Amino acid sequence: MKDLMMRNLIEPLRAVYQTAAQILPRLLAMAIIFAVGWVVAWVVEVILRRLMVLLGVNKLFEARGLTRLLTQAALPSPAEIISRIVFWLIWVSFMLVGVNALGVVVLQREIAGFVSLLPQIVLAILVLFFGFLAANFFSRAALLAAVNANAPSPRLFSIFVRFLILLLAVTIALERIRLGHGVVLVAFSISFGAIMLGLAIAFGLGGRNVARRILERRFAGDSRDEGEDKDEEGSHL
Amino acid sequence: MSEESLLSDEFVNQLTAVGEVDILVGIPTLNNRATVERVIDAIVVGLVKYYHRERSVVINPDGGSNDGTIEAIQGASMPDFRTVLASSPLRTMHVVSGHYPGLFGQAGALRLILAAADLLGAKACALVSPDIQSITPEWVEALIRPVLKEQFDFVAPIYERRRFDGLLVKNMLHPLVRAAYGCRIEEPVGNELAFSGRLARHFLEQDSGREDFLRFGAYAWLTTTAIVGGFKVCQSFLGPRVVAEKRAALDLTTAIGEVGGALFRCMEIHESYWTSRQGSESVPTFGFQSIMDLDPVRVNRKKMFQMFKSGVDELGSVLEQILSPSTLAGVREVSKLEEKDFHFPDELWAKTVYEFAASHHHSVMNRAHLLQALAPLYRGRVSSFILENLRAGAPEVEGKLEALRLEYERWKPYLIASWSRNVR
Repeated sequence: MKDLMMRNLIEPLRAVYQTAAQILPRLLAMAIIFAVGWVVAWVVEVILRRLMVLLGVNKLFEARGLTRLLTQAALPSPAEIISRIVFWLIWVSFMLVGVNALGVVVLQREIAGFVSLLPQIVLAILVLFFGFLAANFFSRAALLAAVNANAPSPRLFSIFVRFLILLLAVTIALERIRLGHGVVLVAFSISFGAIMLGLAIAFGLGGRNVARRILERRFAGDSRDEGEDKDEEGSHL
Repeated sequence: MSEESLLSDEFVNQLTAVGEVDILVGIPTLNNRATVERVIDAIVVGLVKYYHRERSVVINPDGGSNDGTIEAIQGASMPDFRTVLASSPLRTMHVVSGHYPGLFGQAGALRLILAAADLLGAKACALVSPDIQSITPEWVEALIRPVLKEQFDFVAPIYERRRFDGLLVKNMLHPLVRAAYGCRIEEPVGNELAFSGRLARHFLEQDSGREDFLRFGAYAWLTTTAIVGGFKVCQSFLGPRVVAEKRAALDLTTAIGEVGGALFRCMEIHESYWTSRQGSESVPTFGFQSIMDLDPVRVNRKKMFQMFKSGVDELGSVLEQILSPSTLAGVREVSKLEEKDFHFPDELWAKTVYEFAASHHHSVMNRAHLLQALAPLYRGRVSSFILENLRAGAPEVEGKLEALRLEYERWKPYLIASWSRNVR
């Protein structure tokens, strides 16, 4: 009886030990590959960045107007962006190799799937990049317009614009890589519709008078408010 | 761009019928039916009264008016000169209308006028806005005489302004042109001006490829191009400038964006000229400039002050990209002051404008956004200026403005350093 109990206890422990003896070196190998990958990626990033600065890559892009596009969207210089992309590409490659080294069949299958999805992922990243550009540009435009119109809570308005554009970009990007295919689209449609409905109700209830004045000014040629604004701001030219 | 492509066949035919002229007056229009007839009357009377021996033509480029402006001009009968003048015209007066694409704004109208001046061999040209309500025939004499009789090439206007009128010109445009270009022109973006035929040809030669900012900033470009070209520049006193409601309603942000932006662009294309100049020189002034304590323009100073404070508070992340840390700290410091103690110092304002000009040059962000970010700070400066001059007389206000202009001049090396990225 005692032997049976011991055997029942020891066997699972031995199995765990054997599994651990198999997995741990692989885990260690994976960690080492991750670490080496990070170091290699970092070194390549630093060298590449310095090389590009030395070669005047930023100036090259500046002449073609790309730097202006990036700065206008509050993004770093082209050299910085390229070196960061290279860093992530190298490190992600090492991570894939590391995960592969674990020898887990399911993971290997997932990695194979991931590799086949790479073109779509690149497209999704591009969508996110341009979405980010647009979000930065339009949120700043909204902030400045709201400040100069003396509108209440300009920053909130700007954040809302940014959120809306990023939400749209993320939805398109996720749709691209077929992640949560229907769910993302439905969630976006519901939240976008809800926001717009909320805004319409809020404007209709809270801003009835403003809306009426805008419509009167637009269609009935009532210019009383313009005259009042002029008096308040004075004549500058 | 060749003259042929600027002028339509019909317009060239009309000009050919006119023949060579001594004086050309350009009145660009776009939906100005309410005021343009009176402006044309004043110009025609002025031409007959002061230049009845000279051959004259009024050119009217129209940007596609749909309110009957063209019909009003074409239907305008020549006034009966016997009722207003002792003299009668010795030559036929022509009013020629042409069309330019409204899309090109001021630039399209300006090109048409310049091409016509070149084609007709005009010795003196004047530009007059179609929405001026205070125009008199004497404006024609004041603008044309320095060119025709005194051999000047460019005549800028001087207006008789009410207190707190033209604050953008007084606090930014005039001091900036004076410090950068070294030329003390009071109204560097005045819409009534005159130039010689020689300068008109120079403008035409320099014009190509400037469409983007000439669309709204043609007047800043005309003034600065004349200075940079080494032409003889003067200014002439015109009197009060009262414009129709439509133009007066141009809001502050648009005004800064269009005119301030145009001047920054001019500085960019004239960089080699102004960075090598020091100090400033006065320019000859014609006419008797009266200094009168007219009623101040109504400005809601409290609202401007409040908008400055909220602007500085809300636009922190935007201003950080434009201003140097020390200037931004200064702006933040003054924004914390109480309304009654509020003071936006001349030095801080001059440095702020210079850093905006430099950041515009370096395109640190979208240029339209950058200019919009200047509006709240300008409101602060104006609020401070009004507070300090609430009870000041005209000479005292002028003294303070001169101190501001000198401050701009004193900090010009800072502008050059910011421009070439040695500061920040």
